[in-house]
Amino acid sequence: MSDSSPQAASKQHAFSYIHGTRTYHFKTLAELMAKATPARSGDRLAGVTAQSAEERVIAQYVLADVPLKRFLQEALIPYESDEVTRLIMDEHDADAFAPVSHLTVGDFRNWLLSDQATPEILTALHQGITPEMAAAVSKIMRNQDLILVAQKCQVTSAFRNTIGLPGHLSTRLQPNHPTDDVTGIAASILDGLLYGSGDAVIGINPATDNVAQAIKLMKLMDGVIQEYDIPTQSCVLTHVTNTLEAIEKGAPVDLVFQSIGGTEATNTSFGFNLKTLAEAQDAALSLKRGTVGNNVMYFETGQGSSLSANAHHGLDQQTCEARAYGVARKYSPLLVNTVVGFIGPEYLFDGKEITRAGLEDHFCGKLLGLPMGCDICYTNHAQADQNDMDNLLTLLGVAGCTFIMGIPGSDDIMLNYQTTSFHDALYVRRALGARPAPEFEAWLTKMQIFQDAEGFRLNEKLPAPFARSLQLAHQGGES
Amino acid sequence: MSDKQDLDIVTPNAWESLRTFTDARIGLGRTGVSLPTSALLEFQLAHAQAQDAVHTALDTKALETQLDRLVSEHELPETLQLHSRAIDRPTYLQRPDLGRRLDEPSADKLRNQVADTSSGFDLAIAVVDGLSSKAISDNTSEFLGALFKELTQDQDDWQIAPLTIVQQGRVAIGDEIGELLNARAVLVLVGERPGLSSPDSLGLYLTWAPKIGLTDARRNCISNVRKSGLSHSDAVRKVIYLLKEARRLKLSGVDLKERSEDTLIEAGGEKRNFLLP
Repeated sequence: MSDSSPQAASKQHAFSYIHGTRTYHFKTLAELMAKATPARSGDRLAGVTAQSAEERVIAQYVLADVPLKRFLQEALIPYESDEVTRLIMDEHDADAFAPVSHLTVGDFRNWLLSDQATPEILTALHQGITPEMAAAVSKIMRNQDLILVAQKCQVTSAFRNTIGLPGHLSTRLQPNHPTDDVTGIAASILDGLLYGSGDAVIGINPATDNVAQAIKLMKLMDGVIQEYDIPTQSCVLTHVTNTLEAIEKGAPVDLVFQSIGGTEATNTSFGFNLKTLAEAQDAALSLKRGTVGNNVMYFETGQGSSLSANAHHGLDQQTCEARAYGVARKYSPLLVNTVVGFIGPEYLFDGKEITRAGLEDHFCGKLLGLPMGCDICYTNHAQADQNDMDNLLTLLGVAGCTFIMGIPGSDDIMLNYQTTSFHDALYVRRALGARPAPEFEAWLTKMQIFQDAEGFRLNEKLPAPFARSLQLAHQGGES
Repeated sequence: MSDKQDLDIVTPNAWESLRTFTDARIGLGRTGVSLPTSALLEFQLAHAQAQDAVHTALDTKALETQLDRLVSEHELPETLQLHSRAIDRPTYLQRPDLGRRLDEPSADKLRNQVADTSSGFDLAIAVVDGLSSKAISDNTSEFLGALFKELTQDQDDWQIAPLTIVQQGRVAIGDEIGELLNARAVLVLVGERPGLSSPDSLGLYLTWAPKIGLTDARRNCISNVRKSGLSHSDAVRKVIYLLKEARRLKLSGVDLKERSEDTLIEAGGEKRNFLLP
């Protein structure tokens, strides 16, 4: 019934499928991938989506018949013109790929869900899978498939604590302030720590993006981490070139941040290339600030960034996103965060699309071997609300998501969007028994923030060191 | 939900008092590990208001009237009312490509304007509704007043293009406006997407040598300009710094670092925070 082998295909239409009286044609592998993608506004905006519900499922049928090997033979963006393609192809590990090299995309789904694919086997597979293979199989997986396979993928990373152990969930404490006010930021850090947040990173998005400001915030967080001896790391989410300059100026840089995309042109629009990332990683490693491990990079991604930069090469946004993970894994990151609902309704229209994208991103990241977290979020111009976030949080918690955001009362007063709160993290801990990084959990107990770590019970009383800080805050405020 | 019941069941946070220092929703208290009912409902109300704000149209006539005084004081040509290719808000929300381009009548207006002008401009200013008309109506007049005052006092002469007001526009529409006006730089004032606590936040984007198709890497951004965010005077100081540097170096974006505070911080030292005794 189907005729989708590359040999048989004419140059005009690489893929054809006869369904009843109708023949569907897909000109390229990229077009096939795009049309097989579950519906979302960003692909409609790009004009790459299936024209009907039937065409989408036919594309999924055809995609299921594509051999995984074909993704090694046929680049979706030419090797010659895109350094991300070159990275993906050059770094592919044929030995790691061997156990699944004979499979089609459809077989690969079966294999991933089968009892053969144990956590150990999946760990050995990471470097054999390309982002395009991960994206392709995700397109024919249901939400529960994405959850179940991601749960089997175990990825740990370390800097001053160990992130990603099975049964654990970490949180980024995100104390953003609209004017980077030191007291305002400190107030949010205190709130977060006392709700048990911050083991993934204490990470600030600066309101004003310059080197001096970044260094000021780096020093602030470094001071707090040292003063309270917190087994965690800090990060100012400024441009990679700013962080490089801060390192040159002797600033206390734990993690280097950069927003990354899945095409060279996207990254050019972000103002960096792969060489910049390598330089930054080397610079951060040279500081030797990690105590438990040496993962020094923090990347953020999100479906739609390539289209937004007009740099998607006709690819669907989820495939571009998976390629960004190909970039990320080259630099052994501590954390990769898909900021799933931040970009707005033109890319992910509503709660349903945001949920699907969050699960796809987490699955693809984990399959490729990344410490994948998710900024479970929405903006005020999207058709989404707190209930959608509760749903995705629960689903990602079940899927074994590495980390989520933590912000006071879900309200980021600097970036103007809603993400998961300190309370939300405790909800998912209680509902699913997900514990913080072990070093951080021990600290929470030692500081008497957690009264009972097993039951995720907070202390009724304010721990003494923080009581003193509070007193200091009000003295400072009155003087 | 009475206070008395709250006392029995809800655990308040001793650090709730720190809310005097920040608008962040800290110290909300908890019931078990969950939000108390009062905090939950406050959030729901704020979200409802923010969603409503996205859909309120900018009163462009009122804004033009507000700007009339500035226009005559600085002897600017008549303000131009423009519209993007996004015909309405639902289209605008789902088609950013249309919000980045002027519709034909608007582009014609600018072409005619340039035909009337002998030489180009040093700076074009585009006031764009973006995602919050409230940000524009609350901030524009005061901010531009302060900016013009500084520009007038600058040692360099700044030839300002006619002001433009754009409906259903996005940041990149400024590039087309700057290009059509033959301006050496464009400053876009745009309503940022409303936050729960900040429906009135203005964003400023500067591009040197604007032309259609430039990416974000070529722009410098100053965000969160509003009464309880970055003050107008601070924002003006940063913009002036960027404008002068862009003019000196003939570039903008990632190659132009915003260093207006460098000297300030080095001179003033670090402000201590209360977490460090």
